[in-house]
Amino acid sequence: MERKQTNWFVTILLFIGSLLILFPVYLTVSIAMKTPEETADSILAIPNTFNIENFQIAIEMTNFFQAFQNSAVITVVVVALTLMSNSLVAYAISRNMHLRIYKFLYFYFISAMFIPFPIIMLPIVKQTTAMGLHNAAGLILLYIVYGLSFNIFVYIGYLRSIPKDLEEAAIIDGANVWGIFWRVIFPLLAPMNATVGILTCLWAWNDFMLPLILLNDPDEMTLPLVQYIFKGQFSTDYNLAFASYLMALLPMIIVYVLAQKWIINGITTGAVK
Amino acid sequence: MEKTNIAARPGSGKKLKKQAAFALMTIPAVALFFLFHTYPALQGIFYSFTDWSGYGEWKFVGLKNYINLLDDDRVIHAYGFTFQFAILATILVNMISLLLAIGLNSKIKFRNTFRGIYFLPNILSILIVGYIFNYIFAHFIPDLAVQFGIESLSKNILGDPKLAWIGVLVVTVWQAAAFNTILYLSGLQTIPTDLYEAASIDGAGTWRKFWNITFPMIAAFFTINMVLAMKNFLMIFDHIMALTGGGPGTSTESIALLIYRGGFENGEFAFQSANAVIYFIFIVLVSFIQIRFLQRREVDM
Repeated sequence: MERKQTNWFVTILLFIGSLLILFPVYLTVSIAMKTPEETADSILAIPNTFNIENFQIAIEMTNFFQAFQNSAVITVVVVALTLMSNSLVAYAISRNMHLRIYKFLYFYFISAMFIPFPIIMLPIVKQTTAMGLHNAAGLILLYIVYGLSFNIFVYIGYLRSIPKDLEEAAIIDGANVWGIFWRVIFPLLAPMNATVGILTCLWAWNDFMLPLILLNDPDEMTLPLVQYIFKGQFSTDYNLAFASYLMALLPMIIVYVLAQKWIINGITTGAVK
Repeated sequence: MEKTNIAARPGSGKKLKKQAAFALMTIPAVALFFLFHTYPALQGIFYSFTDWSGYGEWKFVGLKNYINLLDDDRVIHAYGFTFQFAILATILVNMISLLLAIGLNSKIKFRNTFRGIYFLPNILSILIVGYIFNYIFAHFIPDLAVQFGIESLSKNILGDPKLAWIGVLVVTVWQAAAFNTILYLSGLQTIPTDLYEAASIDGAGTWRKFWNITFPMIAAFFTINMVLAMKNFLMIFDHIMALTGGGPGTSTESIALLIYRGGFENGEFAFQSANAVIYFIFIVLVSFIQIRFLQRREVDM
């Protein structure tokens, strides 16, 4: 059959294109490992030796393990609490859409998606400072709260497709609404939880703007923010800078390589539903 | 809730309890969302009518900030830059993503590997990617250009006020195409293959199949991708912080960056709040027009 034949032309084109994606990654790894002399000889060449010193200095200078821990804790807490709280709110709203107040709340959350962050940026700094939330705890809270708009939108889209019979059966068994949510609905939301979890994880891990305006204490700073803070101190020692960038990118790259299929499918599910 | 009530009318008591549970699930989230999202937004609008610098005393100045906005070259430039950039980036990202998605959806070898590679930029921090490309533009490309004697590429384009935006555009497309490609790919996979087979029997070529089957079938994805991309690119911030810092001069200063700088660094809290209000209105208008226009086209097809 004609369809079964491999299209080598497209395969080769995609291969060339993928080099454009991989090249900056290669450059990062190779420069991170080189000495400045080696880089001066040739930026492109594969490093002769693994110059571990770049990494050692970068770790000390940027307090890497502290920043890694901050990013990891913030991301894990945000993802866990977002999944539990945002799905719960979406459930309550979706099962009461016939009531005017819940319908209003639905549109209230959804329409907030169109509000650009810069209109909130200046006042929220004043407000969080006044409330003592000008720190990592405040950052976590804001991620969970700001996620509501989009997450309620996708959760409700999915909840509509879950038949109510399942819940009604549970009601007859004497379960209350909380029990129904945790034991019946939450497990059924698994595909959507994957989508929301992955997107939230990428957002909290990679975000730069919120940490930039909220975090003052160097001991609380996240990985991207640390790169920004130390940009000046790396100055022209690019090998040191790239070692630091590589270490900041690596945790997510490792997660991605291990769970690539699951991550892409998770995001795709959310898009199609 | 009174116990006697429940005992007397078990049905309605249970219903009441259920409604109370639903209310309890919703109220904290609504309260927090209002407190940390709606309230600061309203505050921003409120202060846009004052002369507050971010600290100290303030008084109402009516529409003065809004009138001054129209007169401010830096503001006008930021809007011009941001809109031109966002339109170009939206078109480029969607064209490239659609092509990549069609490529990834055809009969190729190593499909999953390619899919994995093309999605990679989406998981990386934009700021750090920006720093890496900053080096590529500042050192790698000029070094190569000098070696090969290509005069026009031997300078750092990020240092040229006329060309720096190209650098920002390249990084944006490199990074953003990943997500849109995956969305288009999932759209393409919803198209039944027998549609193409039927078209082949009718003698339709590749081009006609694309315009008569593929494009109409993924029209909804096209709408969503265009609207989301445009909205994201209108808010561009991280890329510029990493690549040019808005420079050289203010040549690549986006609206979000201007609000950040002016508001936090130059004590223009009220003025930049007015800017943010106008910015908000623009974003809503653009999204609304796009949705109306693209959805009408969806129906026409």
